[in-house]
Amino acid sequence: MVIQALRRIGSKGVSFLETFGASGMFLFQSLFAMPNVRNNFPLLVKQIYSVGVMSLIIIMVSGFFIGMVLALQGYNILTRYGSEQALGQLVSLTLLRELGPVVAALLFAGRAGSALTAEIGLMKSTEQIAGLEMIGVDPLRRVIAPRFWAGVICMPVLAIIFSSVGIWGASLVGVDWLGVYSGSFWANMQDSVQFSDDVLNGVIKSIAFGFVITWIAVFQGYDTEPTSEGIGQATTRTVVYASLAILGLDFILTAVMFGDL
Amino acid sequence: MSDSDKNFIEVRDLTFYRGDRVIYQNVNLDIPKGKITAIMGPSGTGKTTMLRLIGGQLKPDSGTVKVDGKHIPNLTRKELFALRSRMGMLFQSGALFTDVSVFENVAFPLRVHTDLPEDMIRDVVLMKLHAVGLRGARDLMPNELSGGMARRVALARAIALDPDLVMYDEPFAGQDPVAMGVVVQLIRLLNDALGHTSIIVSHDVAETASIADYIYVLADGEVIGQGTPDEVLHSDSPRLKQFMQGLPDGPVPFHFPARDLCDDLLAGVK
Repeated sequence: MVIQALRRIGSKGVSFLETFGASGMFLFQSLFAMPNVRNNFPLLVKQIYSVGVMSLIIIMVSGFFIGMVLALQGYNILTRYGSEQALGQLVSLTLLRELGPVVAALLFAGRAGSALTAEIGLMKSTEQIAGLEMIGVDPLRRVIAPRFWAGVICMPVLAIIFSSVGIWGASLVGVDWLGVYSGSFWANMQDSVQFSDDVLNGVIKSIAFGFVITWIAVFQGYDTEPTSEGIGQATTRTVVYASLAILGLDFILTAVMFGDL
Repeated sequence: MSDSDKNFIEVRDLTFYRGDRVIYQNVNLDIPKGKITAIMGPSGTGKTTMLRLIGGQLKPDSGTVKVDGKHIPNLTRKELFALRSRMGMLFQSGALFTDVSVFENVAFPLRVHTDLPEDMIRDVVLMKLHAVGLRGARDLMPNELSGGMARRVALARAIALDPDLVMYDEPFAGQDPVAMGVVVQLIRLLNDALGHTSIIVSHDVAETASIADYIYVLADGEVIGQGTPDEVLHSDSPRLKQFMQGLPDGPVPFHFPARDLCDDLLAGVK
């Protein structure tokens, strides 16, 4: 009984390591595939459109509402201490350091990551991937690499847009509705936000998130069991693994960047 | 001429397992250059698997698969892709790229493997589509085609580069009688005109026998018969006879291996 349980744990561990190794090899092969700029640039642009541009609406609407909620909540608390002029600082630091990269990444995983997995999984189940291979075209280069790079490029841009729209939403609520003096709202923000500490660290975070999300998404799609059930499971796995990875990685990155370790 | 000059593909002592199930046990095959070789056999004998082994998408558990003198499992990724650009494969499902039109599907191999100017690509694509009778369907998307039409587009794509080897996986399935006649003729014509090597995987006995130069019949993981269509059709081997003439009773089982029907029914639900 105990031995059987041990054996099961062992075999699960081995298969986890195998998958992890396979996904590492897969990443390596896609990244270091010699890019053919003339052929691949249009593919990259197409993917940036479907991965990035198509995610704009959800990112902007969510950023707007999160900014407004932050301003409301922040104002409530800050007025207790008579320091509502610090609202701009609170909102901008929260968004740039944390909420911008993290929430944008979670939305990106749900919107674009799941679509990538399902698309690649369906290409596999309809033999399009095998078809590419037999035509003599490496699917890692043709299908995976442009999607991967599109994700890495789009994620930081989306996170910045998220934060900007959020700050605008906060100013609408804080300044125009709740009556915080606009001079102190913006001046406090300017004084406290450091480009290298806050903006840049947020961008670095979102690049890391973009890397992890698209890696998980394209690998799950490529590795899926080519059945309708398999594609469903792979899509779910993408969203779950990517979300957990974002949150875990965020803690580590925050500790390194802001933890004064 | 030595054997290796004569044969485009040589399969020796090939053994292949899928999980625990034996697909092939020490199979030997020769596919001669410039000929049409058919691989036939009942469903589930791994005919498509053979094409995938030849194309290097699967690796044998033991034995050698040599294409044009190169042992496929030993090739690097780059060498394998270079070799594949000289092969055309018609997939059972067609495997068309669903995000681009019929025209772009056929143009795809030309675009990635050649530097031809656009007007020449257009001419080649239209010629290939004309050959399969779908020149007028060039602007349709793959999801607007019927199964048979999709397969004819895939056929046009497989021959777009005039490859040295064309593998047809069930080219006749789903074709109406007119299209069937045309496809049968087309495969023969292409093979003779372009001098390439063709492999047809099929279980349409009459059509395949009418154009093949040589037939291998696979069953139960081994070659149960081979020869010219005439030899195979008139063989005395009971297994071959049953398959080629489509007789319901004989040594080739219709049922997937299972225990006795009576026992199975009486066993009840556990």
